[in-house]
Amino acid sequence: MTDVVSGLAPELAGAKEGQGSKPLASASERFTSYDLDAFEVPGGREENWRFTPMKRLRGLHDGTARFDGSATITVDGSSETVGRDDARIGQGGVPADRVAAAAWTAFTEATVVTIDGTPEPVTVRVTGPGEGAVAAAHLQIRTTPHAEGTVVVEFSGSGTLADNIEVVLADGSKLTLVVTEEWADDAVHVSAQHLSIGRDATLRATSVALGGDLVRISPTVKYRGPGGDAELAGLGFADAGQHLEQRLLVDHGEPSCTSNVLYKNALQGRKGTTDARTVWIGDVLIRATAENTRTFEFNRNLVLTEHARADSVPNLEIETGEIAGAGHASATGRFDDEQLFYLQSRGIPEDVARRLVVRGFFGEILSKITLPDLRERLEAAIEAELAVTGI
Amino acid sequence: MSTLEIKDLHVSVATDDGPKEILKGVDLTIEGGQTHAIMGPNGSGKSTLAYAIAGHPKYEVTSGSITLDGVDVLAMTVDERARAGLFLAMQYPVEVPGVSTSNFLRAAATAVRGEAPKLRTWVKEVKTAMSNLDIDPAFGDRNVNEGFSGGEKKRQEVLQLALLAPKIAVLDETDSGLDVDALRVVSEGVNRYKASGDVGVLLITHYTRILQHIKPDVVHVFAGGKVVLSGGPELADELEKNGYERFTSPAAAV
Ligand SMILES: Nc1ncnc2c1ncn2[C@@H]1O[C@H](COP(=O)(O)OP(=O)(O)OP(=O)(O)O)[C@@H](O)[C@H]1O
Ligand SMILES: [Mg+2]
Repeated sequence: MTDVVSGLAPELAGAKEGQGSKPLASASERFTSYDLDAFEVPGGREENWRFTPMKRLRGLHDGTARFDGSATITVDGSSETVGRDDARIGQGGVPADRVAAAAWTAFTEATVVTIDGTPEPVTVRVTGPGEGAVAAAHLQIRTTPHAEGTVVVEFSGSGTLADNIEVVLADGSKLTLVVTEEWADDAVHVSAQHLSIGRDATLRATSVALGGDLVRISPTVKYRGPGGDAELAGLGFADAGQHLEQRLLVDHGEPSCTSNVLYKNALQGRKGTTDARTVWIGDVLIRATAENTRTFEFNRNLVLTEHARADSVPNLEIETGEIAGAGHASATGRFDDEQLFYLQSRGIPEDVARRLVVRGFFGEILSKITLPDLRERLEAAIEAELAVTGI
Repeated sequence: MSTLEIKDLHVSVATDDGPKEILKGVDLTIEGGQTHAIMGPNGSGKSTLAYAIAGHPKYEVTSGSITLDGVDVLAMTVDERARAGLFLAMQYPVEVPGVSTSNFLRAAATAVRGEAPKLRTWVKEVKTAMSNLDIDPAFGDRNVNEGFSGGEKKRQEVLQLALLAPKIAVLDETDSGLDVDALRVVSEGVNRYKASGDVGVLLITHYTRILQHIKPDVVHVFAGGKVVLSGGPELADELEKNGYERFTSPAAAV
């Protein structure tokens, strides 16, 4: 197990097979189950919970949360509402943490959107159960073979929501998926995304996290055949008191698949309140069976003020020496006084300077959203975030 | 015609051992239409003076005054100073990742002019200004100063000077790090700016070679945090020949 791996990005040059920055197979042995009781109640020290402020989970993780409310789901386009016993439920994946298992156990009906060639984008709006209430939800987005389509999932409202989102792409299909988190300030959303990519299927996913008190999203990508291609782009804007967490696992178990991950977070805190916080975990696992894999993952964070903290943990585990290319990197930069001074010295007021920097930073992600109305709305929402907490 | 008046300016910088006084009573008046050169040894406080005029937060003015046409500059924020007509070409221009040069230039012009320039004329204006300075248009798409060479950064400063058309421009070692051709191009840029109106230039430099291109009306010798001698252009030649020793040796203490 000491063959030098070829095709690596410069920062990984010289890596040997089996020499991930974590012990080999930590992600490959990740425990999954539909059964809530199969998971121990996490205390907060566990690897997959250690960045999450457990107290702010409102009991989703320890069984004290009562699922007494319900989220409102409306779909612009065709959809089905199905029971738990529908044969398709579970085809996307299996819960990998206790909150996902709790949501799986608690939901009563699931919304299924099937993309079978309709060119019109489908918008799914999920509204939280309201302040003080807790809900579980289940959503499945699936494609038929060789179909192409776009789905936008918009989260908003108040309250606490735990959910599972299954995305099941049939062979040769292509899905463009945009998920937005535009929650009210009180909201807590813990979401597991199970992204299952069929043979030669393509996923173009963009995640935008703006609102909420605590938003923790865990997308897991798995391939069901060779030739799958997944791009996961994301942006987050955390302001004072907000906790935004993105935990990605791309599990390459099939040959000749591609994954590209690019997440960017900006943070803007305020003195005298809880820090603005982002957490990005990017695990990529290339199993022995996944020859000729190509994978890149990048996380960039922009700290705009004091009282903000960005954590970034990229982790690449390689079990085969036969990969086509791999790279991972993370960088956290600070918008510093010198940059601000420079822009101001050219007449640009401080608030405009900050906007200029953030707009430039997020431009790369937002430009991936090809629906003009949606992109403009999100751009405006980001500008509003900057203005509201304007310093 | 504009006048920048600096009177008995004292400036300190915060250090680990408390505030350290760097400017110790600077008196200087620059009128529109004039070019002043400041020459002086390393560490004498030339950049500190430039930053104090621009309002860099690191430098604290402990006494004295700076006025532009009688208006108190020290009461203005950094961006207000720029909009009032002051410009500083920095010795070490700052890299701003994530912001493209073209967006930056447009934001700056919008701020300084008080309204967004009309897109069509603006594009042409930038193109012309860039070609005047032999700047490849591809720089517009790159992030502000990010990865630019020393000389490329200096050209960008002069490009901004051309587009923002200030009343008074302070150029802090804009000639350093330029090859012969770049020096000529940059000097021509400064001279175009001078010819554009009754504007004042304060040129900080170590070398007389730029003064071959940009003729100063007054030369000041800067040492120990203040102006120790002012004279005509011939003073620059004397400094080049004899150095600053007669201003910095203990016997010269004023
Ligand atoms: N933050 C700081 N802490 C301590 N000393 C400082 C600080 N900033 C500037 N100084 C000192 O102030 C003095 C003046 O610096 P300044 O940059 O103004 O000099 P200068 O005349 O522009 O020099 P040069 O010709 O090398 O550009 C120097 O001795 C410098 O070390
Ligand atoms: Mg200097």
